[in-house]
Amino acid sequence: MKKEFTCIVCPMSCALTVEEKNGEIIVLGNGCKRGKEFGINEFTDPKRMVTTTVKVMGSHLKRLPVISTDELPLDHLFVYMHELYQVVLEAPVEKGQIIIENIGNSGVDIVASRSLKQIELKKENA
Amino acid sequence: MKELNVDVAVIGGGPAGLAAAIEAKEQGVDHVVILERDVELGGILQQCIHDGFGLHRFGKRLSGCGYAHHFIESVAEKAIDVKLKTIVLEITDEKIIYAMNEVDGMMKITCGAIVLAMGCRERTRSQVFIWGTRPSGVLTAGTVQRYINMEGYLPGEKAVILGSGDIGLIMARRMTLEGIEVEGVYEVMKTPGGLTRNISQCLKDFQIPMHLATTVVRIHGNKKMEGVTVAQVDEKRQPIQGTERFIPCDLLVLAVGLIPENELSRQLEVEMDPRTKGPIVDEHFMTSIPGVFAAGNVVTVFDLVDYVSLTGEIAGRGAAKFLQGKLNLDLPAKDVLPGDAVNFVVPQRIRTVNAEDSIPIYFRVKEEMRKVEVTATVDGEVCMRKKHPIALPPEMMVETIQLEKIHEDARELRVSVKVG
Repeated sequence: MKKEFTCIVCPMSCALTVEEKNGEIIVLGNGCKRGKEFGINEFTDPKRMVTTTVKVMGSHLKRLPVISTDELPLDHLFVYMHELYQVVLEAPVEKGQIIIENIGNSGVDIVASRSLKQIELKKENA
Repeated sequence: MKELNVDVAVIGGGPAGLAAAIEAKEQGVDHVVILERDVELGGILQQCIHDGFGLHRFGKRLSGCGYAHHFIESVAEKAIDVKLKTIVLEITDEKIIYAMNEVDGMMKITCGAIVLAMGCRERTRSQVFIWGTRPSGVLTAGTVQRYINMEGYLPGEKAVILGSGDIGLIMARRMTLEGIEVEGVYEVMKTPGGLTRNISQCLKDFQIPMHLATTVVRIHGNKKMEGVTVAQVDEKRQPIQGTERFIPCDLLVLAVGLIPENELSRQLEVEMDPRTKGPIVDEHFMTSIPGVFAAGNVVTVFDLVDYVSLTGEIAGRGAAKFLQGKLNLDLPAKDVLPGDAVNFVVPQRIRTVNAEDSIPIYFRVKEEMRKVEVTATVDGEVCMRKKHPIALPPEMMVETIQLEKIHEDARELRVSVKVG
């Protein structure tokens, strides 16, 4: 199967054509070595960083931003998102705090990408 | 009215202001204060939860909030004074700031030096003129980003994005991940406004189509948006009759450009550059008013936060030198000018007597060019040449000029780009 990608390694944005022939992956259109490597990765196992937010209580914000500690397989993205939607946290949260360890058995953790303090609850007037 | 005396006041606690305040303090300035209108420091970075920030500075792809975190911690460690929820009302040319907040009330702040770091603001519907009614559901991309990423609201179910700048592309992905159907991205120009990697990772990953030379011509619905009409445009960007198409949707996301936020600068009557829409600055990012500096997106929209932080540091160093009497302002400044194919340059002036060993010059090309040579000339004589495989309008370029290349009695420095 032939696939086409735009290389994003540098601003040149080479148009890559990648296909598998007799067990070998052939990249065409790349201007450099890094483009070949990118083409092979995109063809065999595209990966992306995962960034989203999770629900947080007791802070001045309603959402806590989180980030993966490494790239994760793109085709599982919505599976990870579903798991992250279930999370509800209580402030305070420290930047780097693990929110989900080893998400989807990938070996990658999801961590808080900022700190959030707990807000002081205002006493209600009687 | 409360009266305060400070050495350096920084207006705005985003990436430019944070870097300026930290650098001023590191250069030995005693009392530095940051005036910030939001409830916390970090500026727009706090709503930028996606990765890709800080590749130059930290060698890592951090989230926007992760990038801000480093600077906010440093501000706390250095005991820099921070006033949050504070609005600056006026700056006078005697470097007096009038500001207010709910704790201090009205304040008169007498400053040794000031750094303008107010950042930029998004263009709105009224600045791109779209016909139709005024229902709810027309929002700028930055507003949608804040609603989703910080405040936990989903502003719609089906969205159309107008404008293909980076914020629009980032929000196309973000809305898709949060379950909003993104019908497509529409761009009036023939070329995309954003970076290729964002088109690839934000649109292609999610099969979101981009329609070039197409724009939104009408908004429908009374209280709530019912849809938009899009149409292709001709060479003069006028809608082509017969190409109109109605799209039912309840959200129109505008990503139609950023403009430096310079109300305070204009009121102060600093000299402005019509090309950058920001103050004209010198090698220390000082404006036409001695002791008033400007940094980051208030000068010109940089796109890359690393550049914003660098200009903040230059301005912070400049403010410290100004207070220490190390800036000679008696000699005339040399002009830095955009040459062939260059849209603008920053800084626009240089005083070699004050400059550091090398001076970074930021500029943007007018159109896409491949296999280019950037040249810098001093009074017509070439002092720097550099080849690049490509030059693109969405990517700010920077070349560093060695001070020794600019002789003392030179009048002007010019930066040009040509193919070859």
